[in-house]
Amino acid sequence: MTETLTGAQIAIRLLERQGVRTVAGIPGGAILPIYDALGQSTVIHHVLARHEQGAGFMAQGMARATGQPAVCMASSGPGATNLLTAIADAKLDSIPLVAITGQVPRAMIGTDAFQEVDTYGLSIPITKHNFLVNSAEELLEVIPRAFEIAASGRPGPVLVDIPKDVQMQAMEITDWPAPGTRQMPPPADALAISEAAGMINAAKRPILYLGGGVVHSGAASVAVDLANKANLPTVMTLMALGAMPVDHPLSLGMLGMHGARCTNLALDECDLLIAVGARFDDRATGKVAAFCAQAKIIHIDIDAAELDKIKNAHVGIAADVQEALERLLPLVSENARKIWVDRTDALKRDFPQHMPDLDQPLSHFGLIRSVAACLDDEAIIATDVGQHQMWVAQGYPLRRPRQWLTSGGLGTMGFGVPAAIGAALAEPLRTVVCFTGDGSILMNIQELVTAAEENVNVKIVLMDNASLGLVHQQQTLFYGERLFASQFKASPDFIKVAQGFGIAAVDLDTAANPCAALMEAIARPGPCLIHASIDVQQKVYPMVPPGAANRDMIGA
Amino acid sequence: MNAINRNEQRALARAVLEIDVNNHPGVMSHVIGLFSRRTYNVEGILCLPVGDGSCSRIWLLVNEDARLPQMMKQAEKLEDVIAVRRHHADHAVFSELEDFFRP
Repeated sequence: MTETLTGAQIAIRLLERQGVRTVAGIPGGAILPIYDALGQSTVIHHVLARHEQGAGFMAQGMARATGQPAVCMASSGPGATNLLTAIADAKLDSIPLVAITGQVPRAMIGTDAFQEVDTYGLSIPITKHNFLVNSAEELLEVIPRAFEIAASGRPGPVLVDIPKDVQMQAMEITDWPAPGTRQMPPPADALAISEAAGMINAAKRPILYLGGGVVHSGAASVAVDLANKANLPTVMTLMALGAMPVDHPLSLGMLGMHGARCTNLALDECDLLIAVGARFDDRATGKVAAFCAQAKIIHIDIDAAELDKIKNAHVGIAADVQEALERLLPLVSENARKIWVDRTDALKRDFPQHMPDLDQPLSHFGLIRSVAACLDDEAIIATDVGQHQMWVAQGYPLRRPRQWLTSGGLGTMGFGVPAAIGAALAEPLRTVVCFTGDGSILMNIQELVTAAEENVNVKIVLMDNASLGLVHQQQTLFYGERLFASQFKASPDFIKVAQGFGIAAVDLDTAANPCAALMEAIARPGPCLIHASIDVQQKVYPMVPPGAANRDMIGA
Repeated sequence: MNAINRNEQRALARAVLEIDVNNHPGVMSHVIGLFSRRTYNVEGILCLPVGDGSCSRIWLLVNEDARLPQMMKQAEKLEDVIAVRRHHADHAVFSELEDFFRP
């Protein structure tokens, strides 16, 4: 059947054909034709964010919870610039995102027209790829391709900038392109796989080092199988938490700047590091020269540019990590590795993560564990960025890939609330908890009204120390206790703020029984803000001072 | 960064990169952006369409640097880059142009 459609209608039809059912965005002049077409769609639910950055993080929440590319939209100029932080965040954490922006009509591009900005140029360094669409016909190629690029290889954000006249251009269309889907990379090199297996079999003190790529590629279960078969003590990056259940006997938890002492000390002793979907980020390695200094390295990553970028690998394998691990598994021999496992068990016993006051629901770790006690592994745990994020990473019993949504690479305050809303939209049967701080929540507080409007099942646990906690901590430890610009002299009444935005709110500070109040708030469907004051003097410990070797941790 | 004088520049080892790309607006920004964000100076740039014009070839003259292998991998990752090849600095593509660059 031949239809005459506008570029805007074609764009929306292509999104429908991609299977997109929810998009987050904000309309504006240069994207109104697309919104007009979107309004006619019977299958796509549009979530109206209150700031484009919120829309970007909602899409991220959908993508992180499901693994599928998610879509956000904004108009030209400030709409597009407001999206940039969320796009950059997706780039650093390899999250598949398709951002669609309106642009001024082609004839006006380059004239400093109203709300014109060089969206294409601005987005080059923070996207995996970007497009400036020149005709309605081009959309037929560009939009499926955008989804294919976002989902294939190392996932990432793709921006599609569509001038308004292209949105309004009508054309006849008969045949539709196939939706863009994830393309698999070539299989892992057989020789390198067998060499890696030989190294694992010969190693006395190997450690498996899992990164976010394990979650992205769906390799968590085969990674755990490999660890079990060869008895590989396993560390995870911030992005990989949940890939192996934290209470698995071989789990050493999170490594790096705020990893437990036992984790970093075990890495110091290993003779083989098996890095899988990890990129040797500075927060994970500390001083690189001192990181696993005695170890040989096997590095498996889908992105060939990650191999030898920070540490030279003895065996580097550029491949999908799930495929590579599945091929590696039968070649690795069963091995009790008793001496090494006993050694890491002793380290875990002697140098565990210190979690004081677990029985106090209003202490930081006590609050995190009290929340966990109200939930099972089906829940999704999102965080903002700061001390609360690290405490949750250290203390929450994460047991499932895609259970954990956090801004790792870019470390964006303001990520948590909109990402949690996005996750709740994509996974409506799950409870979504967002741990946040009083600094972070104010960076996207406006999305509370979106949470109310969509009635999402999001529980926001606000750990309030009236300060920028990690800044406060670093000034205390490394800047001679000269606290500057890290303590808020005025704080809003967060209970009233939440209620003003139309969501329920509970203050654990004043609750007669904080545990009961928490449980009731989490059990009640719909959005809720749960406020708890915490002690500003509490630090995230242990801590590797910036630039130091991981063995030189300070604090507990 | 301190400016290095012309003689010092010449003393530095050079490399020539040959990069096949799709020919459309924005490709040059993608490629050059990889260098500028790392404060990695590009000493010379040449670009012309190849064949029917659907592809172009970019020639870059760059200083030898420990980061060069990583730069090439990053360039290879760009969607519009088809191939990256590395040559020695004595490649004819820049030396034959010297007549156009006399002070």
